[in-house]
Amino acid sequence: MAKTANAPPVRVLIAKPGLDGHDRGAKVVARALRDAGMEVIYAGLRQTPEEIVESAIEEDVDLIGLSILSGAHMALFPRVLALLKKRKASDIPVFAGGIIPDEDAKRLRKIGLKAVFGPGTSLEQIVTTARGIARHRA
Amino acid sequence: MRGRPRLTQAARQVLAQDRRVLGRLISAVENRDPKVIPTLRALYPRTGRARVIGIAGPLGVGKSSLLNGLLAHLRAAGRTVGVVAVDPSSPFTGGSVLGDRIRLEREPGDPGVFIRSMASRGHLGGIAAATLEVTRLLDAFGMDFVLVETVGSGQVDVEVREVASTAVVVLVPHLGDEVQTLKAGLFEIADVFCVNKSDLPGADLAAKDLRELISLARSTGGWTPRILTASARDGVGIAELWAAIEAHERFLDEAGTRAATERRRLSAEIVGLVTERVGHDLAESLRRDPRLSNLLDRVLSREVDPHSAVEQILRAGPRRPIRVP
Repeated sequence: MAKTANAPPVRVLIAKPGLDGHDRGAKVVARALRDAGMEVIYAGLRQTPEEIVESAIEEDVDLIGLSILSGAHMALFPRVLALLKKRKASDIPVFAGGIIPDEDAKRLRKIGLKAVFGPGTSLEQIVTTARGIARHRA
Repeated sequence: MRGRPRLTQAARQVLAQDRRVLGRLISAVENRDPKVIPTLRALYPRTGRARVIGIAGPLGVGKSSLLNGLLAHLRAAGRTVGVVAVDPSSPFTGGSVLGDRIRLEREPGDPGVFIRSMASRGHLGGIAAATLEVTRLLDAFGMDFVLVETVGSGQVDVEVREVASTAVVVLVPHLGDEVQTLKAGLFEIADVFCVNKSDLPGADLAAKDLRELISLARSTGGWTPRILTASARDGVGIAELWAAIEAHERFLDEAGTRAATERRRLSAEIVGLVTERVGHDLAESLRRDPRLSNLLDRVLSREVDPHSAVEQILRAGPRRPIRVP
């Protein structure tokens, strides 16, 4: 097989964990990452942490983006991180966006979330950060 | 080469059902990473068991929903299933949104299913360049069936024929009049036609048009394409669709055409890989060859035409000097 000169595209999983029907933000971010040349696996609504981690492993993503509005982030996000660890996939970075109070964001960063975006974050900033934290292939 | 190639670490892990390693190998194949070749070589003798079924058709006809129905049907029967769902890459940015997973449901933690989304990465024909090799990895992983869903680009969405032993073409009512069914491309590849969204009016008419198409066509190798209606949303017609797919698979075995088809397909694959390698090597050596620049000057000044330049390059070969008259 011939080696291509260009680096392979970043693969990113965008999912909405838990019971939450508001997926506009996730779609806007998915579209922005697509336009930045990434391969976005859009898992959509009502995903359990188990489903998210399984998808990340099957799709071999370089990054996971979680979108949330429901307020259950302190229950769901640590579970995703714990499952990634259990599946020996802690090298896949996770970022989040949605309605997440600053205090919670701080605690989530402490347990391993790479970035937390609140309302009003520019798409440019999300794309730049996503590119920066995505796993680099060996 | 004699005997079985030595198993690599990654090959051993795939055979031990390591899903993370399988996921990573698929990426390596997609990225055309040459480091993966020893593993592919080691796994090849363990492939050839899985049946690959293609699901093609225009966008929005319900390919993913039908695939979801087939997935549930096969899991209920205790069969393991790999899914490869291809979506388009942007020709402008190279990015893509792969959204087929949304429609695929499964039991939590079911080890008998492995779903992978693939971007077409500029490859035309409805699948990605690496799709065949990915179906092979899922085969080595031990899946009984691999379901390949095409991009859904439309009339020339035909290349799934080259990876699948049975091709299902999914349509919906009101896609056009019966002349559409006469056109070349998509309608030629079907072993099974499925008119989905049969709860909508017009499904019977669409099926009738297809039946007329088939009565006009010569049967290829003794198989007459089956025509079914289904409503994936309501789970109607899924069992019948699978029965038709199985009938075609049985036909391939009974008619003894499976081996011949695979031989033809492997020939195309090997010729393709050789062409790619030789072309790549030649292009690389040409780019470094100062005589190309000289030849280009003469083409630019209309002294030599591009076709004669090609003749001279080919006559010279990759590492010999290019002789310009």
